[in-house]
Amino acid sequence: MPRPTSLRGLRRLAGDHVDRSRQLGVVAPAPVPGSRSLDALERPNRGLMTRIPFGKIVGYILMTLLAAVMAIPLYWMLSGAFKEYAEIRAIPPVWVPDAWRNAFSPDALGFGNFVEAWNAAPFGRFYLNTLIITAAGTAGELFNACLTAYAFAFLRFPKKDLIFVLLLVALMIPGEVTTLPNYIFIGSTIREISSSLLGFEITGINTYWGIFLPAVSTAYGTFLLRQAFLSLPREVLEAARLEGASHIRLLWDMVIPMSKPILITYGLISAVAHWNAYLWPLVVTRTIEMRPLTVGISYLFDTEGNTNYGVVMAATCFVVLPLILVYIWAQRFIIDGIAAGATKG
Amino acid sequence: MVPQTELSAPGSATVATTVTPRQSAVRRVFRSEHTLFLLFVLPNLVLFSIFTYWPLIYNVYLSLSTWNFLTPDKPFVGLDNFRFLFSSAEFWGVMRSTAIYTVGAVGGSVLLGLSAALLLNQKLRFRTGVRAMIFAPTLLSGVAISIVWFYIFDPRVGLFREMLSWIGVASPPWLGDPDWAMVSVIIVYVWKNLGFAAVIYLAGLQGIPKDLYEAAKVDGANAIQRFRDVTWPQLGSIHFFVMVTSILGTLQSFDIIRTLTGGGPVDATTNLIYYTYEQSFINSNAGRGAASAMILFAVMLVVTIVQYRISERRTHYA
Repeated sequence: MPRPTSLRGLRRLAGDHVDRSRQLGVVAPAPVPGSRSLDALERPNRGLMTRIPFGKIVGYILMTLLAAVMAIPLYWMLSGAFKEYAEIRAIPPVWVPDAWRNAFSPDALGFGNFVEAWNAAPFGRFYLNTLIITAAGTAGELFNACLTAYAFAFLRFPKKDLIFVLLLVALMIPGEVTTLPNYIFIGSTIREISSSLLGFEITGINTYWGIFLPAVSTAYGTFLLRQAFLSLPREVLEAARLEGASHIRLLWDMVIPMSKPILITYGLISAVAHWNAYLWPLVVTRTIEMRPLTVGISYLFDTEGNTNYGVVMAATCFVVLPLILVYIWAQRFIIDGIAAGATKG
Repeated sequence: MVPQTELSAPGSATVATTVTPRQSAVRRVFRSEHTLFLLFVLPNLVLFSIFTYWPLIYNVYLSLSTWNFLTPDKPFVGLDNFRFLFSSAEFWGVMRSTAIYTVGAVGGSVLLGLSAALLLNQKLRFRTGVRAMIFAPTLLSGVAISIVWFYIFDPRVGLFREMLSWIGVASPPWLGDPDWAMVSVIIVYVWKNLGFAAVIYLAGLQGIPKDLYEAAKVDGANAIQRFRDVTWPQLGSIHFFVMVTSILGTLQSFDIIRTLTGGGPVDATTNLIYYTYEQSFINSNAGRGAASAMILFAVMLVVTIVQYRISERRTHYA
């Protein structure tokens, strides 16, 4: 295979394009004209309240209220996780747990609930399961979305539109509707097929692949990435083709690096969905060692129930806190990506 | 539908000069765009066939048979499962709960989401932070969120009991009473999802051309008139998108119901998806579960088709 001699140069050209367009704010994920970000709004905006003298004050009061309504339940979770049993039972309720008041005294550690929750169920194993399912599911979705999107954006095929309609149909069939037949398929149909074809029995019940495989095909991701791929500068891609670059090389060396922002956005959205998945893992797991975090805490909640909230809140933190940390780091990517996906329609 | 954007392939004949004819034939097949297209598309489509298209067809078959997951065969019973569902008071109760839950949850998230977006569209400090904050619950596990709210609703030691006592009101039984349980699950859904509606509306508001507002001002329109005559109609397609996504989201809302109420008390909060789960996996009645899933699918399909129709008409006249 002739190696294109000047591909590196072309790639640099492509990289240049990405950098410059990022300065200009042209690259995905937010190609909505005139609405690049909230900063764009610093221009005078004649909304509802700007002219009323005390409008600003009302605005700040309402905003504080809104923030409080959204934050208090999360605060209640976090503070609850540090409350001792007596504090949980206290009426009126305790707002600041003793463990925080005494945070600086050496003997008050305050992590008792976390230790108890960690010992009440195999949370180490739950984490491992969730991580495996999330990693495999996200990687699978990204792989499928990139390849399919590239094919639909750049490759010729007779009756391509018809295959595209197949993807549209898939978009309209939610996983909730196919839970039961998938359960039967993964449980008994695969066992029958494998024992008659291979001579031994395979089942997807209570396995990792059984949990993530039904969720790695993606229509949404394909549409999102195809849109992004089509907005890439054609001249650069055509030039690389004329240099003799294969499609696989083009996808790997140019299209993917140039679409990094949208890939990160989509990867994050996909990872969040896999991390939080509940119905399917609930149905398909059998033993406690195979449960992901979501199913794990729901069983813990079913047994510990409404008696020992401190421990249950600590367990809830195990599920929620990693996502909050990721969100704090990447909220721009997620919010802009979702807003762009909607307004582009 | 698919724009013709294929990249022109360079003459692959030039490649063949250094290799034997047989190799080149193999290579040509392998490098031909059609083969590559299939290779690229196949993993996705095969998985869809196994886990989406086929299960839907199989679900139709299941809904026409009766099976308890144990017997070797699944006797065909025609439309008996559907007949049973449509003649049972329990199922109509489920449909009623689904409707109330959907209207309450969608109405709440749309109204509060739009209000929040209008607020955050003002030139206020910290609004980027507040936007990030109200969006956060959208990403958190519905199971985890519901467990936290269960504690908040607790009529003995919960946060709501305390807050209501500040204004001298006794705490309602929340999850213990059929009507209050519905209110509770709607509150949790709205709290979790209003940030999504707000972010979409905010993007829509920022897309409205500023000169429209200036023209309205020149004509002497006050703030309320500007909202009614400029903002509201300009958000046309956004309203629609938020509505449809929220309706579909509510119809698929399983984790909140399962964790907070388990469909109770006395089935008051059993929505269609929870009923499907209950029939399939708790009562082990595959036929009824599949029939219920078909009805859920039909409802969602109608919503999607209405969306498609209306958005198509919009683009025609736009």
